[in-house]
Amino acid sequence: MMSIMLASIVPMSGMLAALVGPWPVAAVNWHSVLFLLFAAVACACAVAVVLADNVVRMAFYLVLSLAATAGLFFLAGAEFVGAMQLMIYVGGTLVLLVFGVMLTAQSPFVAIKTSTSDRVLAGLVGAALLAVLLQAAFRVEPWRRPAMAAVAAPAATPIGMALLGVRVDEPAAGTPPAAVRSGYLLPFEIVSVHLLVVLVGAAYLARAKRRRTPRAIDVAASSVGPVVTAREAVRSSASALVSGGQR
Amino acid sequence: MSLLATGLSPVAVPLFAGLLDAPVGVAHYLVVGAILFTSGVVCMALKRNALGVLMGIELVLNGANVNFVAFSSPYLRGEGAASLGLDGQLIALFVILLAAAEAAVALAITLNFYNNHATVDIDRADDLKG
Amino acid sequence: MADFLINTVGLPEWLAWTITAFVAAGLILNVIAGGALVFIWAERKIAARIQDRLGPTRTGGRFGWLQSLADGIKLLAKEDLMPEGADGMLFRLAPYISFCASFCAFIALPFAFDFVGQRLNVGVFFVVAVLGLEVFGVILAGYASASKWSLFGAMREAAQVVSYEVPLGMCVVVPVMLAGSMDLVTIAEKQSGWLSNWYLFHDPFTFVIFWVYVTCAVASVNRAPFDLAEAESELVAGFHTEYSGLRWSFFFMAEYGSMFLVSALAALLFLGGWNGPIPLATLLGLSEGTGDTANYFVRLIGCGNLLLKATLGVLLMMWVRWTLPRLRIDQVMATCLKYCTPIAAAMFAGAMLWQLAFPGGVVRGMSRPAGEIREGWLEGPGGLAVGRGLFQSKPVAVPPATGVPVGERQPPAVESPAVVQVGS
Repeated sequence: MMSIMLASIVPMSGMLAALVGPWPVAAVNWHSVLFLLFAAVACACAVAVVLADNVVRMAFYLVLSLAATAGLFFLAGAEFVGAMQLMIYVGGTLVLLVFGVMLTAQSPFVAIKTSTSDRVLAGLVGAALLAVLLQAAFRVEPWRRPAMAAVAAPAATPIGMALLGVRVDEPAAGTPPAAVRSGYLLPFEIVSVHLLVVLVGAAYLARAKRRRTPRAIDVAASSVGPVVTAREAVRSSASALVSGGQR
Repeated sequence: MSLLATGLSPVAVPLFAGLLDAPVGVAHYLVVGAILFTSGVVCMALKRNALGVLMGIELVLNGANVNFVAFSSPYLRGEGAASLGLDGQLIALFVILLAAAEAAVALAITLNFYNNHATVDIDRADDLKG
Repeated sequence: MADFLINTVGLPEWLAWTITAFVAAGLILNVIAGGALVFIWAERKIAARIQDRLGPTRTGGRFGWLQSLADGIKLLAKEDLMPEGADGMLFRLAPYISFCASFCAFIALPFAFDFVGQRLNVGVFFVVAVLGLEVFGVILAGYASASKWSLFGAMREAAQVVSYEVPLGMCVVVPVMLAGSMDLVTIAEKQSGWLSNWYLFHDPFTFVIFWVYVTCAVASVNRAPFDLAEAESELVAGFHTEYSGLRWSFFFMAEYGSMFLVSALAALLFLGGWNGPIPLATLLGLSEGTGDTANYFVRLIGCGNLLLKATLGVLLMMWVRWTLPRLRIDQVMATCLKYCTPIAAAMFAGAMLWQLAFPGGVVRGMSRPAGEIREGWLEGPGGLAVGRGLFQSKPVAVPPATGVPVGERQPPAVESPAVVQVGS
């Protein structure tokens, strides 16, 4: 029974292969295919961020773009950086951004349009910058024609040891033999203190303040007519929830 | 490959030729980085919503990160080619951390601005205008 | 499998690999979908028994085996509604984002020694990172539903999940420190052998950290007593109020998938993974070298072992849900910031000190010593000498600039009390 099934698969696959037809390449390099996929998503979503008007959709496209960038990092062999991008950038910074968008995405501010002249100017500047960068990318010969080096996959341990100040990785090809490779202990400590300062600063900036006069946002809310949309109610409740309300 | 016969410029051929079966080089990653960076710059210049400007900043930093990782990758270079090695990955790591810090502060400022002016439109931030 | 398809069946190479990839993805999908089916039935039965009633007893026999299937068919047949003011694209995409995040984390989860989607060197980090992405689906669902109940639920849940990632990360770092690698396969391999090799019993600090991990994991997947995002008695149904039919079922598959994921992660990190309390394979004389079939059989048993432990974890979560009352949002945040995080930090410090004090395990020779150094990195060209120099009390003389690379400096004569071990 199994042999009959197997025997029937072969002619079926022949037909299938004939259906698929002459494939332009002999063997597919899956690394390149996946790179194309992730790069297409990242670039398309980045352009969508620029073109979208609705700020919530912009945030969504940004999330997709950065997640695809993390995929690109994984493909380039930087697994630790890729996981870090997913956890901290997408899972932390962008969640914060989306929170901010939710708190301020009320009807007049969801889609603010820019004037046409501004858009034309920005488009020209962007096109010029892109042309310069692409030209630089293709000028350097060794960047264009790689031969895939077969190396062992880099591990996370050298990164950890480097952050402690000890470099245990092989010196990168092309490093002069007498070069002293520094550890990253000092930048690590500086960034830690920096994050602490930012934590305290952001908490201070966002504290609930005792006010004698009402906030501009609450004045604006009370001046809206009796028909209050669901979003206005949500906005006031949500900002009250987060900032503890006015005194 | 027959693509050379199609008359594409010599610059485009290394980009498109055999993308499905040839390995990807640093230049391809740099193209992605360039597109991300340019979108970020245009976004920063174009958007009137303060959070839109912040998103542009994130895109710019990510474009730079893609470049760093591409230069540091051992897979994208040929044998014995010069590469940043681990330094590129560590720099990318620090960029991610600092971007998180900067986004937190920028958001706190934006929310304060929103509370005080009832708008996130940066064109309305003209109290100090002479 | 791809080789089989290419050589025996004669398919072109790219098609063979594509089919193999789809089969692998389909297997993982089956774990989630089949698991969700079983867990929904189990939840209803357990809830019923705890509440002193019977639960489903009619569909498919006396125990209601087919109740989940009936529910699935009902959900598929429901009308697809969308509220009027809702943002169409985001409303439709939100459940799939949640589900994708839950599904992607299974890529790096090993089910036995070689049964892993992709063996990542940063496996633990990747799984925890992707788990944190599920919150996007929730926020988008809450916003796009154009309803204030949904938005409230979504904001609360986002705050909760993001806050609990911090103690979760700290709890997860302890087994990583004990094993010396973030690779989940390595962590589970180090716990092979008898029950005493499990990291749960390695030292009292790790024991406490396991329970903190359980608390943070339950909070992270929004299960009671931390489930105010979907608090039925308060917010109608929280962020998925406006969802019905297949979209709602995607949210629930994501939730049960995440529950299974964190339980499997707990089993891998603390409970020995696929290694049982008794090393059956070694006792029976089967090992990696006794041929393919025996190998496969051993791994299959290991896989079953891991699935059993993960299922027990999920059942524990269900038991807790129907026993404890729900916490308020301020109580949830207080638990995270005032209890879980300091306890996790203190236990982490304690586990680190325990490693310093008893590097080879408390009773030598009985268990495998944890924390052997990391893949031989310190034997590398610059490694050993520099590593010893780093922890030594005497200042190391700077070598003269004769062009000799740093790594070829002679190791200093005085050996420090080795904080970092080389071998056992």
